Amino acid sequence: MAAFLELQRISKRFGGVRALCDVDLALEAGEVHCLVGENGSGKSTLIKIIAGVQPPEPGGRIVLAGEERTRLTPAESTRLGVQVIYQDLSLFPNLSVAENIAIGLHLGRPRSVDWRAIRTAAEAAMARIGVALDPDVKVETLSIADRQLVAICRAMAAEARLVIMDEPTASLTRHEVDALLDLVRELKRRDICVVFVSHRLDEVMEVAERVTVLRDGRKVGTYEAAEMDDHRLALLMTGKEFRYDLKDVDVSEQPVALAVEGLTRTGDYEEVSFTLRRGEILGITGLLGSGRTELALSLFGMNPPDAGTIRVKGREVTLRSNRAAIEAGIAYVSEDRLTLGLVLEQPIAANLVVTILDRLAGPLGLIRRADREAAVTGWIRDLGIKVSNPANPVRTLSGGNQQRVVLAKWMATRPRILILDSPTVGVDISAKDGIYEIVKRLAAEGVAIIMISDEIPEVLYHCHRVLVMRAGRLTGAFRPRDTSEAALRVAVNA
Amino acid sequence: MRERFGTSALARFAGSHEGRLLAVTLAVVAGLSVATTGFLTVQNLFDLLTSYAFLGILAAGLLVVLVAGGIDISFTATASVAQYLALSLANAYGLGWTTTFALAVAAGVACGLVNAWLVDTLRVSSIIVTIATLNIFYGLLVFVTGGQYIYALPDWFSAGIFWFETVDAEGVSYGLNLQILLLVAAFALTWLLLNRTTIGRQIYALGGNRDAARRLGFSTRRLTFFVYGYMGLMAGLASLAQAQLAQSVAPTVLVGRELDVLAAVVLGGASLTGGVGSVLGTVLGLVLLAAIQSGLVIVGVSSYWSQLCVGLVILLSVSSTALTLRRRAGRVSA
Repeated sequence: MAAFLELQRISKRFGGVRALCDVDLALEAGEVHCLVGENGSGKSTLIKIIAGVQPPEPGGRIVLAGEERTRLTPAESTRLGVQVIYQDLSLFPNLSVAENIAIGLHLGRPRSVDWRAIRTAAEAAMARIGVALDPDVKVETLSIADRQLVAICRAMAAEARLVIMDEPTASLTRHEVDALLDLVRELKRRDICVVFVSHRLDEVMEVAERVTVLRDGRKVGTYEAAEMDDHRLALLMTGKEFRYDLKDVDVSEQPVALAVEGLTRTGDYEEVSFTLRRGEILGITGLLGSGRTELALSLFGMNPPDAGTIRVKGREVTLRSNRAAIEAGIAYVSEDRLTLGLVLEQPIAANLVVTILDRLAGPLGLIRRADREAAVTGWIRDLGIKVSNPANPVRTLSGGNQQRVVLAKWMATRPRILILDSPTVGVDISAKDGIYEIVKRLAAEGVAIIMISDEIPEVLYHCHRVLVMRAGRLTGAFRPRDTSEAALRVAVNA
Repeated sequence: MRERFGTSALARFAGSHEGRLLAVTLAVVAGLSVATTGFLTVQNLFDLLTSYAFLGILAAGLLVVLVAGGIDISFTATASVAQYLALSLANAYGLGWTTTFALAVAAGVACGLVNAWLVDTLRVSSIIVTIATLNIFYGLLVFVTGGQYIYALPDWFSAGIFWFETVDAEGVSYGLNLQILLLVAAFALTWLLLNRTTIGRQIYALGGNRDAARRLGFSTRRLTFFVYGYMGLMAGLASLAQAQLAQSVAPTVLVGRELDVLAAVVLGGASLTGGVGSVLGTVLGLVLLAAIQSGLVIVGVSSYWSQLCVGLVILLSVSSTALTLRRRAGRVSA
């Protein structure tokens, strides 16, 4: 099969920084190709060059749909069949599904709108790949998964022959990911080339044939997906060997930090009982909607239970607010660090101390700058946050470092119990590893930790004990050394 | 699978902001008609249309700016400039309809383009830019004219137009005057623009998701110039409608009414964050505003109370929209 896109010796610099260096890439029609690499490895730059948004350095060669170029423009790239589905999907929430799909018809010189043509084009695009959405509803009323379908239909309506999806599975549930992968198979049958850019590979590998790994702007290689596994991929992406094993710490002698007995909140979860000891890392896994996050919120006082007891260090507590939970020594790091955990536009320093303003305050409620700075520097050092200046907004940090700021913020309240909800969503491998290191260190210092995650390897390799939650009930308890990924997966999905 | 799949267009309308607004407006109009004898008369309706034409034409322009995700506060100053320029030149050179209108529109568009250029190059929020230009346009106008009124207008302008004149049993005559004509034209043109042209749809897209619009290849720069220019065009038209009605040019009386216009458009459901708003909503917003303001006067309530009433209605309208949105969001996340 002839290559649909061939890139040779593609380089790109931004100022003094080399974003890409002599990268070759060949994509075939009807192929599903994975493009992987850590943040800053050059993935986005490569996509922008293919989409024509940025020109490569002179000396490279691009052959797209049989036409040779030294660079592309966005219009040309679109004309030759390239469609990029960005992570934010680039949809218009205020417009209907049909108009979003056929938005390309609004391009060009001003003229009157042919609404019938828009509807026909949208319905044709949906029918072609078997998507059934009401064309008249506004996109803002759709779920993320449905919005993604709209974005894919739009690519279809634009006669895409190469669809590049940037992190398409990041915000989908397992079930939705399956539906997406089915759709990708359909695209493949239509001889459309699909490129996945992803951190989460276990899912994508099911449909991908080849994987290209980028590291520091260079291509490490292109590999058959069949001969790839998580471990090898992590090695190729980072150049470092990660050993995921937790020393089996015996915590059975440690005092019980948290005991939950018969906790119930109708509609969310029922009859949940477990104990958590000092220094223990307890994993809770389950599908989205299994009640895991609702349980965590109850333990943090934000979703009061209907029945059951919560004991902290043997004393029964009633948690009616997050303030009560913080006072009881419980901290919670939310699933969505971007919307709930941080004030993105505020300085890093301000975000770090926001939970301990009371403690920093002196007489008259004023805060001494020196105290504040000491607290900030301490946390930046302790958690290894890479910061050029603590006065910069949190927004300027990478995902992994933002996550550390959230952790630091809560560790500053000196919790005895730390609840982490999906702590590594959207974080790349090296940064993930950094977070696991911190969690391990906190546990060793005696903090009791609950780690909630739907990524099985995460709880399996980083927890002392794993509880499985299904339809609001705890349905199993596992010791990592006595179980396997496959067994846990069965327990979660059964 | 999805219950909303089968929702009819009618049900969707009833649940929309425009649907609820229509219900409230009808209720207010019905109430006033029952409570007074003078409200629901043909004469009063013509009077209302004529006197609210100025606000209405401006509202049509502002709607377009809001949908694009911007805001314009300066249009009353723009209208003052356009009015003064066009009519003083008409007086000086004995100009006719076409030239006078062309001048007013040109002056309005020019002011609009200044706004667009500033918004586009400075990338400062448009509310700040247009508050500044409001003061600049207005300051320059008052400085140059010394705030002098013009009472002597060309005869043809003072006479105005009166088409399809009919006389009722009591000897009162009605007809299409300049104000009503311009008002209807402004709403019709804006409706066509927003719903029937690719530019209009690009304006919605721009207001809905600026980055996505840019990535798709819409020229955000050109659209910005277009919407502020369009606002200027409407300000030019509105200025002549107002001058004809007032039978004078007063450089100092228009500025200060921009919030009334904004109130009507926001009442009509347009969002200050862009992408949302319709001509129907704006018309209803204007009608509701007019009904409350004039209705209370007819009932005999002091105009201060009517101001308070308008404030309360806006507050209620905005909070009902916010509550609906929150309830909807709550249902999705549950």
